[in-house]
Amino acid sequence: MDTSPPQPPSPAERGAAPEGAREVNQPRRVGVPVLTAPPRDYTYDGTFEGLLTVLFTVYDWRAAPSSIQPEATAQTGLFAQPAHRETNEAQAARVWDGLLKTMDREARARLYHVFLSEDAGRELLIFRYVDLALRMARDISENYASADVRRIQRLAQQLFREKHRMEAFVRFEKTQDELFHATIEPDMDVLPLIAAHFTKRYADQRWLIYDRRRHYGLYYDLTRTDVVQFEPAAGQKATDISATVLDEREPLFRLLWQTYFDHVNIPERKNLKLHRRHMPLRYWRYLSEKQPREQRFVSIDNKRPPTDANLRPE
Amino acid sequence: MNERIQEKLSILADAAKYDASCSSSGGKRKNENKGLGNSEGMGICHSYTEDGRCVSLLKILLTNHCIFDCAYCVSRRSNDVKRAAFTVDEVVDLTINFYRRNYIEGLFLSSGIFSSPDYTMERLVRIAKKLRTEHKFNGYIHVKTIPGASEELIQEAGLYADRLSVNIELPSELALTTLAPEKNYQEILTPMAQIRDGIIQNKEEKALFKKVPAFATAGQSTQLIVGASTETDLQIIKLTDSLYQGYGLKRVYYSGYIPVTDDARLPQVTQPPVIREHRLYQTDWLMRFYGFQADEILDPAHPHLDLEIDPKLAWALRNRHVFPVDVNTAEYEMILRIPGVGTRSAKRIVAARRFATLNLETLRQLGVVLKRAKFFLTCQGEHQPIIGELSEQQVRRQILFGAGSVRSALVTQQLDLFAQAS
Repeated sequence: MDTSPPQPPSPAERGAAPEGAREVNQPRRVGVPVLTAPPRDYTYDGTFEGLLTVLFTVYDWRAAPSSIQPEATAQTGLFAQPAHRETNEAQAARVWDGLLKTMDREARARLYHVFLSEDAGRELLIFRYVDLALRMARDISENYASADVRRIQRLAQQLFREKHRMEAFVRFEKTQDELFHATIEPDMDVLPLIAAHFTKRYADQRWLIYDRRRHYGLYYDLTRTDVVQFEPAAGQKATDISATVLDEREPLFRLLWQTYFDHVNIPERKNLKLHRRHMPLRYWRYLSEKQPREQRFVSIDNKRPPTDANLRPE
Repeated sequence: MNERIQEKLSILADAAKYDASCSSSGGKRKNENKGLGNSEGMGICHSYTEDGRCVSLLKILLTNHCIFDCAYCVSRRSNDVKRAAFTVDEVVDLTINFYRRNYIEGLFLSSGIFSSPDYTMERLVRIAKKLRTEHKFNGYIHVKTIPGASEELIQEAGLYADRLSVNIELPSELALTTLAPEKNYQEILTPMAQIRDGIIQNKEEKALFKKVPAFATAGQSTQLIVGASTETDLQIIKLTDSLYQGYGLKRVYYSGYIPVTDDARLPQVTQPPVIREHRLYQTDWLMRFYGFQADEILDPAHPHLDLEIDPKLAWALRNRHVFPVDVNTAEYEMILRIPGVGTRSAKRIVAARRFATLNLETLRQLGVVLKRAKFFLTCQGEHQPIIGELSEQQVRRQILFGAGSVRSALVTQQLDLFAQAS
């Protein structure tokens, strides 16, 4: 890998032609540079600010990206023109604020959501969307005829669904020291988006939600919610971190919840396909009502005149 | 003690499950007192039963003891079932502890009638009050008002509950008096009107004064049982329409009758009418979100919904003269009427056509179901449907059995049952 610090392209490469030569063969906003320098293969540190820094560089250097990848997992081809960008908060902030000139806050937030989706092509997709928005000089978020716009909408929607599922499927367990803790493994990095929901909802209890796949969590201490990092020690499961001893009534409520779950079912309407569509198998691992248990509660047969079979002794 | 509470929960959850509503949306209760819970706007389904229904609330009866003897109800007086009753504190404790573990959005509390309607209602109110005032609970509370309860108690319930509901139970007064001799429409409609007026008055006061106690901010709903009596779908949707128009209901729920008794007054069926229920919900949606009038969907000549095809497609087939609709120029209201186009794709069509002319491929990518839609739309001459040349039966057959038709397993299964039965 090329370890020399990335060199910005020379002014000639940037295509800094004399003012008059700036032709107008496509409708564009004054001040949006034409990307005339040879394309580069950008790498960044994997943070959203890092990606914004890359976007800044693209227009600064006028060098379109042929790829944008997190440095840790970057794959560089034989003819790559690598350029690593360190996160620059000032540049990132300028891009973030500048986006509002061509899109509203909702459309801008959508780009952040697409980033959190961890989709493989998200960086270039975000670049192409921003570039299109800059050049059209109007809000393009409803231009469903564009494949990139549809893809952005789709990823943002998938992220929203995953966020919503986590708001639904988190199951807290109470420990003896009055902490409510839960472990999740969402498909996408949704913890930053669910923080507000849980903070508002559980204002009077301490809670911890730990993302086992991404090795970090949210912890609320009755005044504020913070991001907490854990590196599980060797031989220790991530879930062990908070699992001191469970509250003595915890098994009771878990049992009652399982009882409830089984008894609200209407056997005559059984539809497992629909059940799994709403609650895909991959989430079952952390759902207390879906855990293997000693007893499965069967519906009370209370609809017909009692027979010996369903008459239970008092 | 623990075993006792578990047994109560099994009995009283099992008896409450036939109430279809489990919605937790529309609440406006923010957690401003640093208490427990927050219910703003969007509902959350925390789990799903094996029949695919949403589990959002702890839906229980306070008791299944009942002095009434309604033929369709599992808790009727003459049914020899195990009875149980929660205490006020037990319900409060369960709700709080389920909520703290993120199992539920709140409580849906209903009850059999013991002693008297007021005696029962007073306890329901006490639970809601205790949750709100002593436990600073801001989760969702849905209270089912007891038919015959006093005006004062319903008024008080509205202060603590986000939603109130009175079940209309059966789609006609005749059916109600036959199957539920102790109930009558007057007793159901009076509290419904009272809740409606309470909500309206509350809204007016809010516009005038800063601090007004909330009153059932998520509105009221009702449920009716389908298939236990002989009403036509036309009668049912007319009733629904009058409830939406006249009583300002947020939702009407339909519950396909599940055989709960061998009572001779009830039809002997083995399967709940799930498709009919589904078609009624589709019709309900057409009236609430698609601008359809009840008498456009059904009329005395066609008093029943078509079980094979959805009501919008059925309407389009009967009204072939208004098609094809050009998606590039037509009004939103007309685009909504194209079978295979939902509210989301209709909105997207109207937005996207400002940027480019739409063709079939774009429509498909926007989410339009072309299998149905292609017969009814055109894209500026690019696609010419042949709707004018085909008969109703031809289009119907092509959609149902033509290439690419995927029919819901449920529909196939149930229609097979019909075929066997006849």
